[in-house]
Amino acid sequence: MRYHTPASFDDAVGIAADATGVTRFLAGGTDVLVQLRADIVTPDDLIDVKHIPGVRDITQNSDGSWAIGIAVAGAEMTECPALIADWPGVVEGMDLIGSTQVQGRATLVGNLCNGSPAADAVPGMIAAGATVSITGPDGNRTVAVEDIPTGPGRTALNKGEMVTAVNIPARGDNGGDAYLRFIPRTEMDIAVVGCAVNLRVDGDVITEARVALGAVAPTARLVADAATAIIGTTLDEGALAALAAAASAACNPIDDKRGTIEFRTHVAGVLAQRAAKIAYARATCAGGE
Amino acid sequence: MTRIHVNTTVNGDKVDFLADPRETLLDCLRDKVGMTGAKEGCGTGDCGACSVTLDGRLVCSCLVLGVEAEGKQVETIEGMANGGELHPLQQKFIEYAALQCGICTPGILVATQALLKKNPDPTEEEVRYWLAGNLCRCTGYDKIIRAVMDTAKDLRAEKVGGDV
Repeated sequence: MRYHTPASFDDAVGIAADATGVTRFLAGGTDVLVQLRADIVTPDDLIDVKHIPGVRDITQNSDGSWAIGIAVAGAEMTECPALIADWPGVVEGMDLIGSTQVQGRATLVGNLCNGSPAADAVPGMIAAGATVSITGPDGNRTVAVEDIPTGPGRTALNKGEMVTAVNIPARGDNGGDAYLRFIPRTEMDIAVVGCAVNLRVDGDVITEARVALGAVAPTARLVADAATAIIGTTLDEGALAALAAAASAACNPIDDKRGTIEFRTHVAGVLAQRAAKIAYARATCAGGE
Repeated sequence: MTRIHVNTTVNGDKVDFLADPRETLLDCLRDKVGMTGAKEGCGTGDCGACSVTLDGRLVCSCLVLGVEAEGKQVETIEGMANGGELHPLQQKFIEYAALQCGICTPGILVATQALLKKNPDPTEEEVRYWLAGNLCRCTGYDKIIRAVMDTAKDLRAEKVGGDV
């Protein structure tokens, strides 16, 4: 295994594009090292991205949007009050991953590119409308987070391409987001179902919404019907029932020891309602301030 | 396999070693630096027995490559006691019998020290969440939590006393 520490994205992409064997990018390493040590994936070329300038930065742009560097650890996000104030759901999704020790290393992009359908950081990013910047041998492109995972362990990234930043839109006024997951324990577990809701209100009426589900399909997914169910409502009982029905209808889960199809499908609706209530409270509370 | 020369700092001392890039920081500390305080429990970042801090950040050294330690500050359990004088956390763990076999203890002490640096007045719930990634199969955790809460209280009192 060759270990590389490129000092720029161009150099990193050059190494990846020229590589003939198995290539992995190393940021937090909480998946890459586990796979390496278990002899599941032994890269021929391991490209440590942490020496590239700016990858540890959380930056708020002048228009209020955010750029999260690809090596920013979860612990660094939870120590950024302005980011939490804008996007609590995004941060709480990331913060649910692993232990304190894992939080010291794990990253948003690692969680996304590992391609687990149950990745806790992904539904929050999708609901927020986040995109990732990608650079590669054929230039740069920007892709919506929901278009990155294509199946368990698979992504839409082409050979030699890498993510260079996560872009989260400006929060704007009267908005709120939230992420909830179901696990059978209190902590340190993988989501059986995850749900993120991001919405905006005008007065007490929801004007915009995005709902994303995790762990109930081969990839985390954006559920347009669930958003439609609550837009134009005050999140009344009828809207909540329609939201739950739409969320459950979007499920195509596996049946395993951690949750049956029936259970996951039901819980997706329950979590969508609860996450929507939290996001709504955050949006209306923010509006009152 | 080409080995890489790594220069790092462990508990304030300059250290260098040759590492195969596949070797973990844990293995490098134990086999090359001779610091066997950090333990390998699971090797997959689940148990926390290998906890160290890397540039002040609590991590599992089994999920860090030795070559990643280049230019970094590593703190291990060996740096906790002041010569023969135990750190208050270590003393309190003995007093409370907050260990049995001791395999998890170095990791729990390093993790707890990192918590108390960040939050000198944690609630019991905060301590339990912070230490959720440190598994102990002997004590049942209660004595560990009580030892941590009591040490935190003592350290706060000491600090207030010092300020007065």
